Amino acid sequence: MRTYIYTMSKLIILVTFMVIPIFGSAQEEKIVNRIPTDSTQNNLNMDAVYDRPFLKFKKVPVAIGGYLEANSIYSSTDGVSEGLSFQARRFTMFMSASIYNRIKFLAELEFEDGTKEIGIEFAAMDITLFPLLNFRGGIVMNPIGGFNQNHDGPKWEFIERPDEAVQMLPATWSNVGFGLYGKTHFGNWIAGYEVYLTNGFDDSVIDNELNKTYLPAAKLNRNRFEESNNGIPLISGKVAIKNRKIGELGFSYMGGVYNTFKMEGLIVDSKRRLDVFSIDFNSTIKKSGTYFDGEASYILIDVPNTYTQQYGNQQFGAFIDIVQPIIRRKILDWENASLNIAARFDYVDWNIGTFNESNTNIGDQRISITPAISFRPSSQTVLRLNYRYSWDTDIFFNEKSRSASIMFGFSTYF
Amino acid sequence: MVFVLVTITYGCKKIMPSEPSEAEVLDGPIDGLTTAQLIQFNKGDADFGEVFTSATGLGPIFVANQCASCHAGDGKGTPFVQFTRFGQSDTLGNTFLNFGGPQLQHKAIPGYTPEQLPLGAPKTSLIAPAVTGLGFLDAVEDAFLLALADPFDLDGDGISGRVHYNVIPSYVALRPNSIPKNGKYICRFGKKGGAYDLLHQTSGAYNQDMGITSLFEPIDVYSGQEIDPEVGTQTIHDVVFYLKTLKAPIPRNQQDSDVIAGKNLFNDINCAKCHTPSMQTGYSPIAPLSYKEFHPYTDLLLHDMGSELNDGYTEGFALASEWKTPALWGLGLSKMSQGGQYYLMHDGRALSIEQAIQMHGGEASQSRSLYNQLIENQKNQLIKFLESL
Repeated sequence: MRTYIYTMSKLIILVTFMVIPIFGSAQEEKIVNRIPTDSTQNNLNMDAVYDRPFLKFKKVPVAIGGYLEANSIYSSTDGVSEGLSFQARRFTMFMSASIYNRIKFLAELEFEDGTKEIGIEFAAMDITLFPLLNFRGGIVMNPIGGFNQNHDGPKWEFIERPDEAVQMLPATWSNVGFGLYGKTHFGNWIAGYEVYLTNGFDDSVIDNELNKTYLPAAKLNRNRFEESNNGIPLISGKVAIKNRKIGELGFSYMGGVYNTFKMEGLIVDSKRRLDVFSIDFNSTIKKSGTYFDGEASYILIDVPNTYTQQYGNQQFGAFIDIVQPIIRRKILDWENASLNIAARFDYVDWNIGTFNESNTNIGDQRISITPAISFRPSSQTVLRLNYRYSWDTDIFFNEKSRSASIMFGFSTYF
Repeated sequence: MVFVLVTITYGCKKIMPSEPSEAEVLDGPIDGLTTAQLIQFNKGDADFGEVFTSATGLGPIFVANQCASCHAGDGKGTPFVQFTRFGQSDTLGNTFLNFGGPQLQHKAIPGYTPEQLPLGAPKTSLIAPAVTGLGFLDAVEDAFLLALADPFDLDGDGISGRVHYNVIPSYVALRPNSIPKNGKYICRFGKKGGAYDLLHQTSGAYNQDMGITSLFEPIDVYSGQEIDPEVGTQTIHDVVFYLKTLKAPIPRNQQDSDVIAGKNLFNDINCAKCHTPSMQTGYSPIAPLSYKEFHPYTDLLLHDMGSELNDGYTEGFALASEWKTPALWGLGLSKMSQGGQYYLMHDGRALSIEQAIQMHGGEASQSRSLYNQLIENQKNQLIKFLESL
């Protein structure tokens, strides 16, 4: 009975969230204003959480928005296919409110794979003291890399998220905590910073069923929104600089003790750290409209040398997206529609190093390439056709698998 | 619309990775399994790949955290997953059982200290064998093995293989027509043939390799105490079924003239006297395994391999220099599970087939001498034959 009530509650919440935007859309002419994204180009990745289209109800101090991602997929691994599937990857609702002068709030609620995973990805209050000094507290997104900050589906030409960001880094990675951020601009230059103290990782990053050092394993620990597993905050910070004519470059860091080293006051393990260094960039060649977006990350993690080397103590991953608009004009009555071709190159090495026993290199790598075609009736909606091919090796450098998938889907803000 | 769908479907298949040829991979079931058996095979396959964590019972001291760590792609292990057994130097039994024997769990989950090798303990290092075709080996009747044995070298060929009569645990079910002797039974699995059947081998591996207790092996390797099972009985049975029904490696290039010549040389220099090319199964409750001829290139007997392979450690009633003849089927595919590099012999010390041959001593000395008398081309033919298995 309790399960039934719980399920029904989830359903009611889901339906409520889905009905609100539909209602808003029907009445848009009268009571809803559509607030477009900021077009001043003063934005960095760190602004992505607010740099979204919102629906604003007249006289109501709340704006809402969200996006939906769905696709079909036909995939095959080593010649074995499970056939065609349809996926509702993500339905995300966000709402923001200006509480008072220079005090604002934004929350993002995400349903992944239908209702399989429901999570509050972001729910924070921002207080602006000075443009260069803002306080943010609540459930915040740790500013590691660019993708973790700027991950909304409709902004990307690819249905799959980058391996580097979601299979090595734990995007989307958010935690409870507090911090400061700020931004300034001078001429064509914009610079910003963010720094937060939050709850963090746990032992599952080196003790999981993926059989590899896997930071995303910590996402399964919902207790991290309630308490730190070791009482030592995770530090994450980023500095980014952007030249409007060149592009944006960001350097970020996240680190801290990840394991439970003390239980009921007793020391049960030594303190072990993980440190993540990331660099991200994005740029557009004005003349051709070619857009580049990429990120590279390196992880250092203290794994006991008496533990299995299956769990690596160093990881590296990177991806780069290249997007080339082919047609940009009115198409089928859609003003400013565009047709793009794109490609993503993805690489992850989950275990850098050599075996103690044989001094040979450890494998556990994936390389993938994803050519894509996308059609954007407007900047806020994208239809995507992707083909992804990936090569995996196991830790011995044996060819583990070759996989390919063809995906067609859409992602749209509402 | 139909045309578009057919075109897309056909197009999809063309740009998808192709399935590797049956002969190029070790995994896959034997032919002739029923649907229910295939379902159990798949369950066992999944369980074989299960990664144990501290939450699911791993360790706390262990060697590896999944079956597939030591048997990647169902093939041989590598030095990375080499493990050590210690404590027994003669047939009087393991005198270091109270010190953690017979296997050293040299890894530990965070916060724990791995087992240390006791001072003065005799030991040997081992790498895991391939696990393909084991159901056929399991179904060979004792009488067949006894017929191959010649413990007193009555034929005077210098080769005196013997079956390994060993004490067996109470949970194993005797195979049909077993031939015991003085309360001991013919064992055939493991590098020294110390394990009776695949249930014995598998339960022991869960316990000694991963620190996972079961109904069959309930003693925790860390505390030495009997604890609740950490893996289900059905899971063990599914894994045993999977191991029994993994297909035998499929030989390749059998019409190649060098391979044919190499096969003749293999017989000529008496390799086949221990690496017996063909065997016959008896009755098996799994119909496709019953009364079948198969070609493992082993006699499942213990042979004295001389000082070259004498590590000073033994198991059961095998002597320190005695090793069970390893099956050669699948030898050419070994590199695919060993990172592109051969690691042969019981501990992976040989990095090529040539090196492995040179490490054969004792009863195999004569064959080694004959091999060394071959001209280079003949040696290449012999190795090409071995790689075709």
